[in-house]
Amino acid sequence: MTAIRAPFRIRGGVHPHDSKSATSALPVETAAVPPRLLVSASQHLGAPSKPVVKKGDAVLRGQVIAEASGYVSSAVHAPTSGTVKSVTSMLTATARHAFVVEIEPDGQDKWVEPLHPMADWTSAAPRDLVNRIAAAGIVGMGGAGFPTQVKLSPPPGKSIDTVIINGAECEPFLTADHRLMLEQSDAVWLGARIIRHILGASRLFVGIEDNKPDAIAAMEKAMAGADGETGVIILKSRYPQGAEKQLIRSVTGREVPSGGLPMDVGAVVENVATAAAVAAAVTRGVPLTERVITITGECVKNPRNLLARVGTPISWLIEQCGGLTGSVGKVISGGPMMGVALPDLDVGANKTTSGVLAISRESARQFGSEPCIACGRCVIACPSGLLPCTLSEHIEAEQFDDAERISVLDCIECGACAFECPARRPLVQHMRQGKQTVLTRRRAREAAARGKEERK
Amino acid sequence: MSAPEKTALAVSSSPHAHSGASVRGIMMDVLVAMIPAGIAAFMFFGWNAIRLILVCSATSVLAEWATRRIMKREAAIDDLSAVVTGVLLAFNLPPSLPSWMAAVGAFAAVVIAKQVYGGLGYNVFNPALVGRTVLLISFPVAMTTWTMPSLYCAGMDAVTTATPLGAWKTAWSAGAAPEGFFAAFPLSGLVTGNRPGCLGETSAIALGLGAIYLLLRRCIYWHAPAGFFGAVAVISASLYALDPARNLPPAYHLLSGGLFLGAFFMATDMVTTPVTRSGQLIFGLGCGLLTMVIRRWGGYPEGVSFSILIMNSLTPLINRATRPRVFGTRSKLA
Repeated sequence: MTAIRAPFRIRGGVHPHDSKSATSALPVETAAVPPRLLVSASQHLGAPSKPVVKKGDAVLRGQVIAEASGYVSSAVHAPTSGTVKSVTSMLTATARHAFVVEIEPDGQDKWVEPLHPMADWTSAAPRDLVNRIAAAGIVGMGGAGFPTQVKLSPPPGKSIDTVIINGAECEPFLTADHRLMLEQSDAVWLGARIIRHILGASRLFVGIEDNKPDAIAAMEKAMAGADGETGVIILKSRYPQGAEKQLIRSVTGREVPSGGLPMDVGAVVENVATAAAVAAAVTRGVPLTERVITITGECVKNPRNLLARVGTPISWLIEQCGGLTGSVGKVISGGPMMGVALPDLDVGANKTTSGVLAISRESARQFGSEPCIACGRCVIACPSGLLPCTLSEHIEAEQFDDAERISVLDCIECGACAFECPARRPLVQHMRQGKQTVLTRRRAREAAARGKEERK
Repeated sequence: MSAPEKTALAVSSSPHAHSGASVRGIMMDVLVAMIPAGIAAFMFFGWNAIRLILVCSATSVLAEWATRRIMKREAAIDDLSAVVTGVLLAFNLPPSLPSWMAAVGAFAAVVIAKQVYGGLGYNVFNPALVGRTVLLISFPVAMTTWTMPSLYCAGMDAVTTATPLGAWKTAWSAGAAPEGFFAAFPLSGLVTGNRPGCLGETSAIALGLGAIYLLLRRCIYWHAPAGFFGAVAVISASLYALDPARNLPPAYHLLSGGLFLGAFFMATDMVTTPVTRSGQLIFGLGCGLLTMVIRRWGGYPEGVSFSILIMNSLTPLINRATRPRVFGTRSKLA
């Protein structure tokens, strides 16, 4: 089946300069193991994992160092062999604090006894495959880090007919997924088929933006002769095309209902790197301990795509690229639209760290915000159909009921509005504050209602 | 990494990229877009054009600076919005208006219509149009004294005359069509600007050029002007079809009065018009309808200013009614 154009386009969106040319043609190189690793126990959405090693313990690569601590949680494995130097709460690549296992590698890079490879996954029970994926500590590698085994275990009554592998990579600067699709297209496709098998879905698509024609061709080649309803879906390059709900709509025409999940419309989306990690876990028995990271930006001397161990310090990754140059204003973990600015570079890369971006002081210049001039550009840009300008004013005035009424909870925090805003209003911060307050108040209301019930 | 570099890292919320657009940049674009009409004003009305543009913009900027200072607010004149208001007001004045009256208008525009409401972004009504309306009510004679364009009578003292719409209305209130109307006001003059009227409203071609620039720069969208022109065209054509003797041909309604200036430069003012494009279309349609009602049945020969001001007051309602459909919902939320 040949690649086809996505039948639908996203609403709104923006077109920032893609800035991918610095690394898009550079093959992925394997980074050396750094002299110390900072492995966060909270690399995923949900309950932080519970560290199960202590200072002085010897660990082997692939050994569990933090266990999942709930249903929505994930295991973390030692990325190499060595000694645990400390287990302390410190800053992580999400710019939040979490327990971090510091490992001093011994240089042996010795593996723990791996899980037995499953050569014949097609006859394996989905439950076994899901357990394998959970044991491998796989999380959504596109950025959100949702534990993959949870996504692949829809509750009874929800049937999934469509799996979409997300190769959109709509964030500017990032080329990690692009290179992965070019160089590991077979692994991506293998992982994709395993995911389809687990979910019993009939349709399997790989969505790629049209600014990556070589990746489209590579995936098509890997998928040649595939059985069932499969294909590459060519997406219009427009941010946030790769946002989960937007991608589902572009590919299938279905809209995830407000407040709902992709499974509500029979779809599951997995990032291309996640698919490759699933393939490795199932067919080779290896847990997720490394990923491709794009280290780029105007202040990185020699931008590269590196296959780096989880926990590799950001500062060390930058050193592998010749270090920083010029006057650095900001270092971002992730892309420029949704990435997190890092206050400190001595933090370990996470399973979700797709990029490290160093931008100049000029690009990072902070502007004061001006009053809204109602230009409406945010309204045009919003992929969720919201009125960011009005929401922002409600939230600024602490009118949270109004913000809730006009759907603040439907904001996906993509930042398209703030990208466009000529008054440089802090729209995304307002949305986050609004969402948080609305949710808190909603919970309080529900608790009050429950209390009333009980008193009756 | 050395220590000083570490402390220098900026930390801020995403997004870390920006389109580069700014309020000042948008105002600059509007000023650039007004250059062709400004040149046309100078060609047809001579130094009066320069005089009024200078008086209005200088008074606007001064009034903005002084009021914000008195109210202990952050200075804002560098956003250029006061200059835009000043030039727009000048475009809305008869060429012979005394300078001091123009200054009163500019003061009203900036202080009463804008700063009293909280400054740029908070004003409900288009400041330039409020300024014009204050003048129209305060100085009705001076504000309706029109001069012939100087290309008609170069070197002579200004000859007072009537605007095309004014001539039509005055004659019909006496009960008959004006004699020699179509000879006095050929369509070619309406297109180039060679006709009596407000300084910056007469040249359809110059205003059109500016509008194309604004559209290309994404400072305005086509919706409000399309609604405005569309409603005026449909209504005036219908009236003309019903009674061609009593009603002006649609081309005259479209090209005369302040329609080009209003539709492209004031019905598209960001602050005082809807944020949604469907809302902007409704806004424009409402302006067109009201303009035709005022021109045909109202007391004034021209209705663009009032129609825009009335629609300004409806902007919050239109915004509410045209909220986009939220992703994942069937219909708009109430």
